Amino acid sequence: MGFPFDPTRPIYLQIMEEIKKRAVRGEIPPGGQIPSVRDLAKEMGVNPNTVARAYLELEREGFVFTKRGQGTYVTQDFARIEQERERLAESARQRFLKEIESLGLNEDQKAELLRKIEEDWS
Amino acid sequence: MIIEVEGLWKRYPGTWALRDLSFTAKKGRVLGILGENGSGKSTLFRILAGITRPTRGKVRIFGTPITPTVKARIAYLPEVQPYYPWMTVRELLEFLAPFYPGWDPQKALNLVDFMQLPLEKKVGDLSKGQKGRLKVVVAFSWPSEIVLMDEPLGGIDPPSRKRILGALFSEFRYGEQTILISTHLVSEVEEFIEDVIYLKDGSIVLSGHADQLREERGKSLSELFEEVAT
Repeated sequence: MGFPFDPTRPIYLQIMEEIKKRAVRGEIPPGGQIPSVRDLAKEMGVNPNTVARAYLELEREGFVFTKRGQGTYVTQDFARIEQERERLAESARQRFLKEIESLGLNEDQKAELLRKIEEDWS
Repeated sequence: MIIEVEGLWKRYPGTWALRDLSFTAKKGRVLGILGENGSGKSTLFRILAGITRPTRGKVRIFGTPITPTVKARIAYLPEVQPYYPWMTVRELLEFLAPFYPGWDPQKALNLVDFMQLPLEKKVGDLSKGQKGRLKVVVAFSWPSEIVLMDEPLGGIDPPSRKRILGALFSEFRYGEQTILISTHLVSEVEEFIEDVIYLKDGSIVLSGHADQLREERGKSLSELFEEVAT
């Protein structure tokens, strides 16, 4: 049961990221409805108040919008979703670099790593 | 503020269980009271439930001192089993119903089902985990405004803990109902509590909003527990 939260980072931010990821991956289409606060709380194993806060912040950012009495929907703006894809990729890149930096690789090892990355991607 | 505590002291023969506690609880939120055994959690809950009187200090709930009318709006789950052991689960639920305003018998049965409790078994024959689950059934079968849960996960097997937390995530009337939950099993409640008070030797050693503490310190609630409350 539950979502693998990182308990050292704010939970509401991780819920926001999860919704963005679902939209970016196309699991929720542009203009598609996101789960109700209660359903997502149950699914992720998290306090519904925290989900409600995440939804409020997503709305403030313009990533989702609410229809009164009907629920919450992802933006219909493709460009906005694309922008989020790039942001998520950028933060993944930064996490990766931070992790690699902490290992203290030399130039040759770094070159080897880059070669492997290119190989895996082709 | 739905609960206001000011300068609370409680003396037991030879020791102070609570030393100058002041805090508030916001309506509709979940406040975790985190501390080791003997830190004063149960004493605090007994005072909030109106069972014990403080030696000094003030408690206001719904803006007034604790009266029977106030108590009728609070679900208190003590750490020890409070029910008659010779009743079956079904008999107990029928027996308790008239004591709680707005008791919903259907909801009680649904919760018994969700909690996988045997309706015809005697309360005294239930395992500790089942008894813990039963307390949660009773607490959420009526629309209380405040739920005081004292160590609901203590001494309970992991599958029962999961069930209990599952019920909390789905039954908690968020935004309306206020929950105070005390525990020393902090990692179990990381994703449930929103505001936190760390208790040590009867005093508050740290308090704040859970996500804000994570943001500021880059630490989990359980790491902070190790740091300040043990």
